[in-house]
Amino acid sequence: MRKVTEQSFIQVRNLKKYFPIYSRGVLTKKQVGQVHAVDDISFEINKQETFALVGESGCGKTTTARLILNLIEPDSGEVFVDGENVVEKFKSANNEAKLGLRRKMQMIFQNPYGSLDPRMTICDIISEPLIIHKHVPKGERCERVYELLKLVGLEEYHAERYPHEFSGGQRQRICIARALAVEPEFIVADEPVSSLDVSIRAQILNLLGDLQKKIGLSFLYISHDLSSVRQISQRVGVMYLGEIVELADTDELFDNPLHPYTQALIEAVPIPDPKVKNVKARLRGEVPSPINPPSGCRFNPRCSRAKAECREKKFELTEVKKDHFLACIEAG
Amino acid sequence: MTEELLRIEGLKTYFLTEAGIVKAVDGMSFEVKKGETLGLVGESGSGKTVTALSILRIVPKPGKIVEGKIIFKGENLLNKSEKEMQSIRGREIAIIFQDPSSSLNPVYNVETQLRDVLLAHDSISKEDCRPKIIELMNLVGIPEAEIRMREFPHQFSGGMKQRVAIARALALQPTLLFADEPTTALDVTIQAQVLELLEDLKKRMGMSLVMITHDMGIIAKMTTRVVVMYAGNVCEIAETEDLYEHPRHPYTALLLAAVPRLDRKKTLSIIPGNIPNLIEPPSGCRFHPRCKYAKEKCSEAQPVLEQVEPEHFVACYEWKNILLQGENAKSD
Repeated sequence: MRKVTEQSFIQVRNLKKYFPIYSRGVLTKKQVGQVHAVDDISFEINKQETFALVGESGCGKTTTARLILNLIEPDSGEVFVDGENVVEKFKSANNEAKLGLRRKMQMIFQNPYGSLDPRMTICDIISEPLIIHKHVPKGERCERVYELLKLVGLEEYHAERYPHEFSGGQRQRICIARALAVEPEFIVADEPVSSLDVSIRAQILNLLGDLQKKIGLSFLYISHDLSSVRQISQRVGVMYLGEIVELADTDELFDNPLHPYTQALIEAVPIPDPKVKNVKARLRGEVPSPINPPSGCRFNPRCSRAKAECREKKFELTEVKKDHFLACIEAG
Repeated sequence: MTEELLRIEGLKTYFLTEAGIVKAVDGMSFEVKKGETLGLVGESGSGKTVTALSILRIVPKPGKIVEGKIIFKGENLLNKSEKEMQSIRGREIAIIFQDPSSSLNPVYNVETQLRDVLLAHDSISKEDCRPKIIELMNLVGIPEAEIRMREFPHQFSGGMKQRVAIARALALQPTLLFADEPTTALDVTIQAQVLELLEDLKKRMGMSLVMITHDMGIIAKMTTRVVVMYAGNVCEIAETEDLYEHPRHPYTALLLAAVPRLDRKKTLSIIPGNIPNLIEPPSGCRFHPRCKYAKEKCSEAQPVLEQVEPEHFVACYEWKNILLQGENAKSD
């Protein structure tokens, strides 16, 4: 296993979450199966780093994020934040301690149209976390809201307006301001730009990058858009059917992908340059159901280089090069 | 020179809403040549979809085509009766929509939905439809067609649903196919499969394809010519390689610079401001409030498309005086 480095802020160890499926019935409720949403994953996020999780829909990216924030309880596994086992703490600790943990970790959601209450003014929205966490004394709240608005590139007079008066990009800025309100150390950004227009995406990506430099936050950036991941993150984990199949520094992963799935994923993305010709789509078929995932390596039914052994044996993430981890028979 | 199939001249489609007249498409002119793949690119609200709907004359209420000509195979579609249009839709011009889950009818099985198209246009019996349906499903790469045609849309995955939608659009071998964001709802690896299928079918059936998308990567991969739209107007028309290499319109150049690339990191440039409100669009060139090259003239009168090179047109007063950088000039 990998060693735990000094500066790692979040450590995830053997995290597991299965969602039960029940048969339909009025009186009897029988469990008929389970969705293997997140299956034994481990990774770390360093201080002031943007770690990205990529993968296709249904691979467990968002579930992982929710587990880390303890919005849902993991079946097994541990999450350490700043050396503290938060899974244990959330189970036992009193509300005040839980609140203290929540303050450290905030989230930005995908859809800024659904994540802002239409009946609240921007000032109410941004000061709500300040009230809940008693973070700033009453008299200073307004000042803090203005400060936050400026930080994300909005103006003071925006505070009195309602969400419907803003465009998608501006709304996402408001969501970012709200997440930053209680001075968290760690932010989960779950597809923060995928519902925005191309020209606005660049604004938000640049803003997130600037904020990190300015405030020194750690980010978990979740996305299916590999181009934006390359742009914003320092390290990347590639997920497939609830498992991490490859993990490396961003440039290393994109320039030198080793897992057959990562390679296929990268090849599938069209490059905005007509001179670069994409190779023929190499991945056939679709992602299998996470209810009955394939045995052995979960990618084996779609893998062009699969051997007989791949059907039987699971492969753990092993370090093949410095800081480059691979879960594949080819890892040796 | 290749023959032209469709020519749009000064098309204006307005939506007469209570809040005012939304000028969704305001003076569009372009042509589609026989056998080509044309890209229609722009951000949301730029009028891409409304243009396609106008050509098929299926603009939803309160939308109305108020002006312009749509010349298809030498005839103006706006002078056709509704009955004549019905025989053109599907047989001559077909469309695939963005979200296959909502464009297919959930209460009919796939066979019925494909048969309806065949029966509506051809005088063939129900029994004769079956081999045709199986042939169509094989054509779009749905395995086990005999079994799967009896299934309902919810039993298909997203990619397979889009294949059904493509089969339905191609049932009568149209000469022109509009694909309106056909892969936006799909995962990248499935997107690559569907794009490849479209390209292959286009070649085999010898039709013209209009790709409507906001994804500069898909445009680069699929198209030979591009029409860039902004707020209901055409900014620029050029051959794809030429456009990426030598954009002439400031908006095109900014759009290219704002898109992250998978194959390398680059500094994302930002397009300041937001997309204008189409009820009261900016006077003159609609891009002028966001354009750093804007002169006084730009806010006074709307620029018309000028020819730069034989196949390159731009609607900008300043194009001779500004030097814009293309996609390849900017590596860092």
